[in-house]
Amino acid sequence: MSTIDVKVSAIEQVTPLVKHFTFVKEDGTVFPAFSGGSHVVISLNIGGRIHRNPYSLMGSPEDTSAYHISVRRQERSRGGSVYMHENVTVGMPFKITYPVNLFSLAKKARKHILIAGGIGITPFMSQIADLERLGADYELHYAFRAPEHGAFAERLKKTCGNKLHCYVDSLGERLDLSVLMGNQPLGTHLYVCGPNPMVVSVFEVARNFGWPENHIHSEQFLAPPIGEPFKIQLARSKKEILVPAEMSMLEAIEAAGVEADFLCRGGACGRCELQILETDGALLHNDHFLTDAEKASGKKIMPCVSRAKCERLLLDI
Amino acid sequence: MTLVFKQETFRDDYRYSNSPSGIKRFPFPFAEDQYMYSVNIEPHGKGKQGSVNEFAFDVDEHYVAECIDKGITLEQDPGRYESLPHMMDAQWDFLELTMESHAQDYPDHFTLKKNGLNWNWENKPLGIKDSFVFGDCSTLPMDPFEYMGRQVQGDFVLLDQRDETLYADAGFITSQADWSLAFNIGMSWKEWHGPVPRVTELGVMDRALKYLMNLQLGSPVRRLNWTMTINPRLDTSPENYPFWGGDRNKVNKENVSDLVHLRVELQALFRLPRSNGIVFVIRCYLINLKEIATYPRWSKRLHRVLKGLHPDLIEYKGLTKFHPLAVDWLSKFDDGATIELGTQPE
Ligand code: FES
Repeated sequence: MSTIDVKVSAIEQVTPLVKHFTFVKEDGTVFPAFSGGSHVVISLNIGGRIHRNPYSLMGSPEDTSAYHISVRRQERSRGGSVYMHENVTVGMPFKITYPVNLFSLAKKARKHILIAGGIGITPFMSQIADLERLGADYELHYAFRAPEHGAFAERLKKTCGNKLHCYVDSLGERLDLSVLMGNQPLGTHLYVCGPNPMVVSVFEVARNFGWPENHIHSEQFLAPPIGEPFKIQLARSKKEILVPAEMSMLEAIEAAGVEADFLCRGGACGRCELQILETDGALLHNDHFLTDAEKASGKKIMPCVSRAKCERLLLDI
Repeated sequence: MTLVFKQETFRDDYRYSNSPSGIKRFPFPFAEDQYMYSVNIEPHGKGKQGSVNEFAFDVDEHYVAECIDKGITLEQDPGRYESLPHMMDAQWDFLELTMESHAQDYPDHFTLKKNGLNWNWENKPLGIKDSFVFGDCSTLPMDPFEYMGRQVQGDFVLLDQRDETLYADAGFITSQADWSLAFNIGMSWKEWHGPVPRVTELGVMDRALKYLMNLQLGSPVRRLNWTMTINPRLDTSPENYPFWGGDRNKVNKENVSDLVHLRVELQALFRLPRSNGIVFVIRCYLINLKEIATYPRWSKRLHRVLKGLHPDLIEYKGLTKFHPLAVDWLSKFDDGATIELGTQPE
């Protein structure tokens, strides 16, 4: 996956729990434009281990001089949010992926309803810029815990005017999904991003009202397949290698100086297929190439995307 | 790099040929003696200097003639360019991608100056110079997609991604080969990709679709496809079959090496930034048997590939009428010696 070298150009504390980071490109050129709802994956080196965290791009897609993300501090996660809050300073370099959009607006929708809970507001910031630019019909429903947690509510009011509806939990305000969703014109698309219970109830209510399944969109991140490190043995080249968490099996084989076949590096073309001679663990197939039966047989693996949980995986290469 | 553009025609008198360097860089598609359909998708990265993969969009000696031919086809049939209303962002994405790469890779021929949203574009080979406001259609003489579609070699389809599939919601098709189904605007991936004979393995198209839906910005991919065409004709569309279909009957022993052309399509796919759509570029390269025979490696290889081609594929690719003549002509170059794997000319 291609990456972009960036550095932090500004950090702002937006709410007690949310920090806003601005990135510019290391080489001073502009970023690619992107579409509303896109995210980037940032690689963080925390104590020698690489974490890859996806964050929604918050700025206007038109502004390519900088990328903006917001990070909520998640105490219980061992991931990167605490690191982002405590260790990241202005000027620090990072590698990020090109923008990826797994939460894009349905361009043919008659109307768009956006529902955000808490930090779930972030992907909508760029979507709203797109909707405004296209002059689309939309409503934004934004629920948060208490007034001080309504990150960006002020800014949104300016952009969205009366299309913004806020629900502050501490003031006893509630978003009534049945009222909202029971009364929408045909061809309306709904987008939700927030805590899991919120997403689940949106889908439930939608189903009850008979909304078409493909008119409901929820944010889902797809980080590059990383996982735990594991060991593999190469039968023909007589090598044992450790596949680190942040490398694919194919990359590790290449790094060990063994020539391996590949084409797409995305689990689609089948070129990198390797025969498994022996293994003592479980295979984690992430490819689109092998049939379910082949995956179940445990005889083949696509090293460009797939991994394993094992000590021994003897490959015919 | 300064290119010299040839004066050529892709219809009527067919004044077209490849220069020696054009022959040498031809994207010969057969690495093996046997042709098998495969999902041969690979990253469309910067290729070898001088090769057709050196840049994202290859400009060659046929550039001016091809653009003129596009103009003629469009004039006769304006329906070759079509775009649904929700594709406007993708149209501007296409304009940006093509202008930027042409200006960056061929600075002697194309220049792009940006001042915020005020852009100046100069295309020297075609004598075009325009100033416009990026994103404002009223400042261009036509839709942005049509505007650049006329100035870039190849055919283009803009795909919208929704409902777990891709829809061909805009197209600029002036050199469509007859291998594809009649292309209709708004078709979904599945409607567009009919079954290919001899692709016995189920799900090839489904897998290709999944892969493309994951296509990343900044990481374009490509594949080669091929067929054969009589005469160096770009527009072998089903609509115009009456104008070219009969040419297949004109092939004989004497003219086979002049008339029969290997037609290679370099298909490239790029994720588009603003629209999250995909542009599917179908770039056509033509070379006749005589030119191929410049390199013994190629004439031998092509002989073997054609000779061993399954009858279903011969029919599917529309080669039935002239296939034996082509195999026969090529056979005199084939001494049966082993040829190593690879597509290189020498
Ligand atoms: S390289 Fe294509 S499936 Fe692995």
